[in-house]
Amino acid sequence: MNADGMTPWRLLRGALCILVAVYLLAPLVVVVIISFSSASFLQFPPPGLSLRWYAQLLSTPAWTNALLVSVKLLVPSSILATLMGTAAAYALVRGRIPGATVIMACLMLPIVVPGMITAAALFGVYRGMGLNGTLTGLVIGHTVLSLPYVVATVASALRVQDARLEQAASTLGAPPWTAFRRITLPLILPAVLSSLLLAAILSFDELIVSLFVSSARVRPVAVQMWSNLLGDFDPTIAAIATVCFGFALLVLIADLALRAGRGLRLA
Amino acid sequence: MTTVDRRLWLLLPAGLTLTVAFLLPVGWLLSRAFTFPQPGFQNFVLLWERPVYLRVMGNTLWISAIVTPITVLLAFPVAHLMAHGSPRLRRWLVFLVLVPFWTSLLVRSFATAILLQRHGVLNSFLIAFGFTEEPLPLLYNMAGLLAGCVQVLLPFVIFPLYSSMARIDPAYMRAASTLGATPVRAFLRVYLPLTLPGLMTGATLVFISTLGYYIIPALLGGARQQMIAQLIQDQIATFGNWGVAGALSLVLLAATAALLALLQFTVGLKEIAR
Repeated sequence: MNADGMTPWRLLRGALCILVAVYLLAPLVVVVIISFSSASFLQFPPPGLSLRWYAQLLSTPAWTNALLVSVKLLVPSSILATLMGTAAAYALVRGRIPGATVIMACLMLPIVVPGMITAAALFGVYRGMGLNGTLTGLVIGHTVLSLPYVVATVASALRVQDARLEQAASTLGAPPWTAFRRITLPLILPAVLSSLLLAAILSFDELIVSLFVSSARVRPVAVQMWSNLLGDFDPTIAAIATVCFGFALLVLIADLALRAGRGLRLA
Repeated sequence: MTTVDRRLWLLLPAGLTLTVAFLLPVGWLLSRAFTFPQPGFQNFVLLWERPVYLRVMGNTLWISAIVTPITVLLAFPVAHLMAHGSPRLRRWLVFLVLVPFWTSLLVRSFATAILLQRHGVLNSFLIAFGFTEEPLPLLYNMAGLLAGCVQVLLPFVIFPLYSSMARIDPAYMRAASTLGATPVRAFLRVYLPLTLPGLMTGATLVFISTLGYYIIPALLGGARQQMIAQLIQDQIATFGNWGVAGALSLVLLAATAALLALLQFTVGLKEIAR
């Protein structure tokens, strides 16, 4: 690593890293800037700055309804996924369950199976049950899609913790639920909260299942964006994209803070 | 002690939800391939006989085969700097890769479209610096599709590669150079083979993700880059042809499963989970 012969390679590495950084971030930066544009088309650099597209966003019922639907969707689906996923992860990691590895692999399937297949399948079976175009149908779909991420996050946190702590509590007479609530839960809480955030952002961003299952009345933000993108688009879409990006950034920072807290606890 | 752990009950809600709202519906969709409109293998015969289906399946494989090496080549230097740079630099790089990773695919595809459009930033840049006189067609074609896929998939290679690289003992490279290997030779013969688990994992993730993509080809690609997921959507939404949609889904799922099995065979899923 310290030989002089490495220098040209290091330069190349540095140049490529800068290229990748620009490639990853430039599109997002450009969209954020355009969302504050005063022009009525997607022009860069914008001729002037204004908040008119955000005002437009808040005064268009289609967008405000979509935001409301997205919130009504992400709150139940992320809570359901976190509760069920945490319980499942706890059973699989701490319990003596035959075939735990296979069950774990099955719970990961919604990540592996392409979104289009899940979407088409849910749309198909929902037809007979009248669930298409309903919030319930969307909540079920989003819960299933978030479940594997919760199970994976919580299971990996449980594997790091010492199972003997909980056993000690039980030996000292704590009932199973008390031992879990007082010993294990506080230790894995950062991971549980982190998966709740992840499930929330996954639901907010999800498009393909929503596209199939939603209707004109029950239409989340991602689907509203999609239908605008396929038509003629103006900077309103840059404004909503910036809102989505801001939400993602907020969740990422919260997650990093939770991870940092977890690191301190372990140390 | 009872034979069955009582904690099995905790598995019930997740297991039931997964079965009722995922496994059974997907099974139902796949079964359409053999039952719709009548029992038999006619849908697979159709996939084989109609040139449009074969072309789209070929397209999908071809696009994944191009996206994968480009993504790996661009991810390599970033993972390398992440693994061997200073801790401060590493934190910045991780943050830099995580930001787009957490941002919705739709938002990023839209952002890429803005950048690549005819009078977009990239074309203005290329014209200003004299690389081209006329704006290049970068959107609604193969270029746009590749740019979108690689951008979204880079983190899927960077992180597994980084975790392989971070575990490489620097003493190996010193030993190689002490024994007279040139830096390039030491890199190719010692370093590169040690990164293979991460590299294979990342490459497989990229390949299977690309196979199933819908949003990026629909938004950034052209009519000639139609991919299998778009075809499935089209069969259902436009033609109500659940049989062909089921057969296409089965082909897509089989390809995904085969690649994961190959990864398991070469690297081992234990290694991947680390």
